[in-house]
Amino acid sequence: MMKTLAFTAALLLSSPALAQAPAGADPATVNRYVESMWAKVSDEWKARVKQDETQALCSEVRNNPSQAQFDAIVAREKLTVVFPADGKVLGDWKAGEKVANTGTGGQFSDTAETYKGGNCYACHQMAPKEVSYGTLGPSLTGYGKLKSFAPEEAKAAYAKIYNAQGVMACSQMPRFGHNRFLSEQQMKDVTAYLFDPESPVNK
Amino acid sequence: MVHYRMRRAGLWLAAAIAMAGVATATVAQQDDAEKEIERYRAMINDPMANPGYLAVDRGEALWSSKRGARNVSLEACDLGEGPGKLDGAYAKLPRHFADADRVMDLEQRLIWCMQKLQELDTADVVKRRFGGPGVQSDMQDLVAFIANKSNGMKYQPQVSHPKEKEMLAVGEALFHRRAGVNDFSCTTCHGESGKRIRLQGLPNFSKAGKDAQETMGSWPTYRVSQSQLRTMQHRLWDCYRQMRHPIPEYGSDGITALTVYMVNMGAGGEITVPSIKR
Repeated sequence: MMKTLAFTAALLLSSPALAQAPAGADPATVNRYVESMWAKVSDEWKARVKQDETQALCSEVRNNPSQAQFDAIVAREKLTVVFPADGKVLGDWKAGEKVANTGTGGQFSDTAETYKGGNCYACHQMAPKEVSYGTLGPSLTGYGKLKSFAPEEAKAAYAKIYNAQGVMACSQMPRFGHNRFLSEQQMKDVTAYLFDPESPVNK
Repeated sequence: MVHYRMRRAGLWLAAAIAMAGVATATVAQQDDAEKEIERYRAMINDPMANPGYLAVDRGEALWSSKRGARNVSLEACDLGEGPGKLDGAYAKLPRHFADADRVMDLEQRLIWCMQKLQELDTADVVKRRFGGPGVQSDMQDLVAFIANKSNGMKYQPQVSHPKEKEMLAVGEALFHRRAGVNDFSCTTCHGESGKRIRLQGLPNFSKAGKDAQETMGSWPTYRVSQSQLRTMQHRLWDCYRQMRHPIPEYGSDGITALTVYMVNMGAGGEITVPSIKR
């Protein structure tokens, strides 16, 4: 709502001649632009910019869903989480550090073989020794320790990495497992990076 | 009892001092890093040492070069202020052009002029749209030259024509449109003030004001890390790359719609280009 107001105000300020802000673009018009912007890419790449139900709704409501929408998204997304068959969500924290630190993979400048990282540090503070961290997400420094290394908390963290919107509808965090961006092993390794008492995150 | 309390208070104090010490050290480290980045920015932000001005000079020569089937220059090209009028043209782009009945950004308009006035086969120009090792970009040079002619002026977004209004509304929608394997939209990185990726500060484009004014006012820019003069077309191409979206078509209306949205957020921002950035 605030964003909408600010945007409307901006429109009014930027153009005195404009009596009223134009209505938001209708979805068919937006789709026309989307299709022309990516008209020449392969079908595989085209599929990437097709929105699923959750992406479409979160875009439409500018990431501010109503309570009913919030609940519906969380319920739907939570169902997608697949835990490791043996129930073990903790992998190797050293491998998890690599996942957290690597921002390559999945870009049109990458190849299919390029290592895909979780790029956690782009948005989160984690190990105190790493000073190059982003602030788009909350700090995760000492995360496992703060959660008393509890197994159910580790499981919840794995689920959050797998599908953040199963916890928080319209979260800005990628749904790493749901979108098949990270492998099960990578998600286990990141969970260990958060929860292993020996991990620098908890030092 | 008093003794115990005092000792406990003493322990708390010691712990608090120790924690404050850790916090101060981290903050100091962070401040040092930011100061260092700021110092680097100031160091490279010297127009006399800005290689972006070489692009301006090349662009000036290209503007008056006779090319295409008609062997004429671009000097009769109307960028919105009248044929050949360059002063302040960039400050009002993108805008609607009656002859094409389209809203165009500078790059779309230049291609249009090359095709219509010069009858130049633009396939090669488009192929070289982004410069790199061994590739000189006519578009980068022309944009540097023309945008530079608006220096000291302020962005005046054009939103009176219905098609300009449509572009603005679509641009706003595209800005918030989440898609792809990481569920990203432009707002993921540019929706809040004071955020950063790693140590890189992120301008907030979700509202009108200083961030958008300063950013739009400093593009095109010479990117030191790429040794190239870069335009907003390239910046948005790179954003979509990082968003794990497909390659956006150069000069497509989607990119122009986003640019229309951004100049509206940056309305009133003073143009000082080419700037120089990391």
